[in-house]
Amino acid sequence: MKLLSFLFTSSIGRKVLMAVTGLSLVAFLLVHAGINACIFFNDGGETFNHAAEFMAHNWLIRASEIGLFLGLILHIAQGLSLTANNNQKRNAKYGASAGNANSKWYSRSMGILGSLLLIFLVMHLKHFWVVSRFTNEIQEAAGSTLFDEMVFVFADPIPVIVYVIGCISLAYHLLHGFQSAFQSLGINHPAYSPIIKSIGAGFSIIVPLVFAAMPIAMHLGWIK
Amino acid sequence: MSKLMKLNLKVWRQKNAESAGNFEEYKIDASPDMSFLEMFDVLNEQLIETGKEPVAFDHDCREGICGMCSMVIDGRPHGPKQGVTTCQLHMRSFNDGDTITVEPWRANGFPVIKDLTVNRSAFDRIIAAGGFVSTNAGNAVDANSILVPKEIADEAFEAATCIGCGACVSACKNASAMLFVGAKVTQLAMLPQGQPERQSRVVAMVNQMDAEGFGACTNTGACAAECPKQIPLSVIATLNREYISAKMNGK
Ligand code: SF4
Ligand code: FES
Repeated sequence: MKLLSFLFTSSIGRKVLMAVTGLSLVAFLLVHAGINACIFFNDGGETFNHAAEFMAHNWLIRASEIGLFLGLILHIAQGLSLTANNNQKRNAKYGASAGNANSKWYSRSMGILGSLLLIFLVMHLKHFWVVSRFTNEIQEAAGSTLFDEMVFVFADPIPVIVYVIGCISLAYHLLHGFQSAFQSLGINHPAYSPIIKSIGAGFSIIVPLVFAAMPIAMHLGWIK
Repeated sequence: MSKLMKLNLKVWRQKNAESAGNFEEYKIDASPDMSFLEMFDVLNEQLIETGKEPVAFDHDCREGICGMCSMVIDGRPHGPKQGVTTCQLHMRSFNDGDTITVEPWRANGFPVIKDLTVNRSAFDRIIAAGGFVSTNAGNAVDANSILVPKEIADEAFEAATCIGCGACVSACKNASAMLFVGAKVTQLAMLPQGQPERQSRVVAMVNQMDAEGFGACTNTGACAAECPKQIPLSVIATLNREYISAKMNGK
């Protein structure tokens, strides 16, 4: 354990933890987006409900869910404390600043983008995860499925707007975070880095687009 | 002689580390052929002639090799041009009538001494923490008896061009010193001469860097974009790699 304590104490170790947990969240997003995209079969949610059922009852998935949550909590706690720490390293501020001349705004805004995502996540978990994992019995008795829940939630425009904002934050968070994670792990090579950056950019655009398409399509009644 | 440019300067004046400091405005006529520091020499002569305190600023070589000339010009360390130090910046990079804001490096790791001069001895302490490099003593050996592949030598030399100016810290939103430390670690980790202390060195240098109050890198890339010697961001990846492997070896 002492061998790994640097993940919480040193500047580089803390970045490594952000990178490892971040990449595991990236893997989760891929699975999540894939399963949710099943609604686009437009079969009244049948395929989607099947997939959701499987995820809810497969023990391997449930076990990795615990790991995922641990990673998520570490990512959030470390991210918040790193941001707070870093903000204390320059007490006297610059009179003139030209941040955009040397870096991208979203690379400098990971704390804010992450906080927006956290707010979104709380709402999102309340909408679906709590309902599907803890109130299953009640739901099944009422003959209601996760798909029905989606139809219900996204009938209201407010969650749709919040979800779209959440997806935009996610896109920018990923646009910096995906490639940044590799740099933090020491992976930077003229042959591989351009590939990593392209995959990262593609992932950051496609995955949030798929996510955003769901509430929009449901709200507009394209998916029934 | 080229036509003089009329410039307005907003210069940070601060008596000492304890005082608060503020911007003072000055008007100056400068030749486009002057370097930025020569323009400051003219300003200081004006100030001395009118009985005012000249602006304190650091400089030494005035040819881009010592790393002393630390000025943040319009929000950018070493000014608007890439790959040059303040002393190599010429007034022709500005326009007649411009207002130019000049302030010191701002980072808790670099306390202001006076006006535009800051104390960068934190960098010296980081280098000192790295310790010695073992070499063989004894008779003079043949030249080229230690073989170093060309690409490795190039990479080490590229990292070794860091002049320790601190622009990377001043540009970083986290006031992180990782580009500097990355350059120093890379230059030694690459070469056979630096191997025996390779792992203990990186850990000691990173510990010192953290203790000096520099922030943690978030990979924004601002440091490499502003570095006058164009040290690449990849030295930070090398630093991370060296540090992780040292830690996994229980160092
Ligand atoms: S890495 Fe570049 S900016 Fe940083 S101290 Fe060295 S030369 Fe200056
Ligand atoms: S004065 Fe030496 S680098 Fe500028």
